[in-house]
Amino acid sequence: MTTSTLAAPAVVVGRGRRRRAPRAGVWAAAAFLLAVTVIAVAPGLVAHGSPDLTDAVAALRPPGGGHPLGTDANGRDMFTRIVYGTRPSVLAGLAATAIAVTGGTLVGLLAALGGRVLDEVAMRLVDILLSLPGLLLALLVIAIVGPGTLNAVFAIAAYTLPGYARLVRAQTMVIRRSGYVEAAVSLGLTRAGIITRHVLPNAFAPLLVVATIEVGTALVAASSLSFLGLGPKPPAPEWGAMLSAGRDYFSVAWWVAVFPGLAITLTVLSVTVVGRHLQRRVEGRLS
Amino acid sequence: MTAVAVPATRARARVVRPALVRLGTSVLVLWGAVTVAFAGLHLTPGNVVDLLIGSSTVTPEVRARIIADYGLDRPLPAQYAAYLGRVLHGDLGQSYQLHQSVASAIGEQVGSSVQLMLASFALAVVVSVTVAVLTAGRRWARAVFSAIELIGISIPSFWAGILLLTVFSFGLGIFPATGGDGPESLVLPSVAMAIPVIAMLTQVLREGLELTLEEPFVLTARSRGMSDLGVRLRHALRHALLPTVTLAGWLVSFLFGGAVIIESVFSRQGIGRLTLAAVGNKDLPVVMGVVLIASLLYVVINILLDLLYLAIDPRLRGA
Repeated sequence: MTTSTLAAPAVVVGRGRRRRAPRAGVWAAAAFLLAVTVIAVAPGLVAHGSPDLTDAVAALRPPGGGHPLGTDANGRDMFTRIVYGTRPSVLAGLAATAIAVTGGTLVGLLAALGGRVLDEVAMRLVDILLSLPGLLLALLVIAIVGPGTLNAVFAIAAYTLPGYARLVRAQTMVIRRSGYVEAAVSLGLTRAGIITRHVLPNAFAPLLVVATIEVGTALVAASSLSFLGLGPKPPAPEWGAMLSAGRDYFSVAWWVAVFPGLAITLTVLSVTVVGRHLQRRVEGRLS
Repeated sequence: MTAVAVPATRARARVVRPALVRLGTSVLVLWGAVTVAFAGLHLTPGNVVDLLIGSSTVTPEVRARIIADYGLDRPLPAQYAAYLGRVLHGDLGQSYQLHQSVASAIGEQVGSSVQLMLASFALAVVVSVTVAVLTAGRRWARAVFSAIELIGISIPSFWAGILLLTVFSFGLGIFPATGGDGPESLVLPSVAMAIPVIAMLTQVLREGLELTLEEPFVLTARSRGMSDLGVRLRHALRHALLPTVTLAGWLVSFLFGGAVIIESVFSRQGIGRLTLAAVGNKDLPVVMGVVLIASLLYVVINILLDLLYLAIDPRLRGA
């Protein structure tokens, strides 16, 4: 069976003839991500004032004056809210990916090294989960555990995990037959020692590359769930939730519709550009 | 005589066995989906009966009736077997909230979603084939369109929908903002849904085309005096289509997820909105029904694609 149902469609692309991406683009993306990281850690550096400060007089002001990106229906400054929304928005994508990578690594290792029966069971389960639509699975999880920030993160992790499990298993299968593992075995290293010192580090590079690109996908998924009202609740300054809360005002205030989405798109775009650059480098090194 | 018979059997085995394996896996996938759905219902915190009753107050007799009707007093394996049996007969159960069967609730909404999915898929195929054929191997066009595709992949579809609404409905007033049944109400939602599909499909198609354009048979076609566009359309495109088939799984998954988001943005009827409402109401049978239908569609499409493979690539037929 060779159905390549990769959880990450981005992985399919980029094979075959490769062109070097323009360096400037990669640098710009990396710089943007650095800025996003700084803002996420210390939003107070860029924006002064509280993201929740309402001002009924200044409701729905267009960009300009004291509000570079305008104000929302409650007169809250859009710029401040977007800046303060960086941390929860980015963290959701990162957390979901981290959980999925950790879980996927465990399942993949177990499948590859735990014997045939375990391998068969785990991989058939992975096949099944990968053939169900991701967002629907996330919705099923949320229907069971209820909405909320943490639950949305777990829901995203739940449907991205099988892809990582399959990747780690495949990597481990290759590595365990390699010369250096054979050497380590004949040197008398313990099984645990071989896994931690040889298998994991070598399986890590491709895993990290896929995970980097997938942080972008997870970020989109998390903001989509927030937009659907299943993540953080509206008063929270989170990009998807801001768009959700602004829905009734798009017809009169374009800035409410544009800027939070722009923040998501630019972040995801930068993640994709940097991730694909890493992918080309790793593939170049491996082949 | 045996000398002739042996290759024939072998050839048949080579075609039949993968088909059987695929069929077996498909059955496994569907069975898995049903099991996931059943587990979903019974992993729910709280009593299933309470979920069924919802917010209404009922007498103990009615409560007992519900337990008996749904077989909730039977051991879990028996319930599981009963559930499997019902799903096999096409019975997806009753909605907790809508006072109708899951099948009829989905049936009422499915038409609108299918329209949306088909429209955006058709749009995506037309646009990406055109763009890929015109830009493959051409330096500047390729660079410009690659950048656009990168944005297309990164943009969340709900925001793409919001932008389209803001510009074309609220700003220019060309298209209706919400609902509606006319063809003009289908334009913006299908464009929003098609954007990521166009981006993915174009990238994969172009890579395939560029690999194919370096093949010797392309040079042969060119040396016969065939035009560049002719070579691309008549010779290279067919080869470039093969790798796109691997996107099918992603596509089904994307269209179902996209339906939830796009139908919400544009306030359209459809199974996406039905699902979202069901998630909000903890109406699990409906959510499970949609998941099951999506996985059935996935399986059917994969089987159809296997057949399509034979149509696109005659080399596989005799193998």
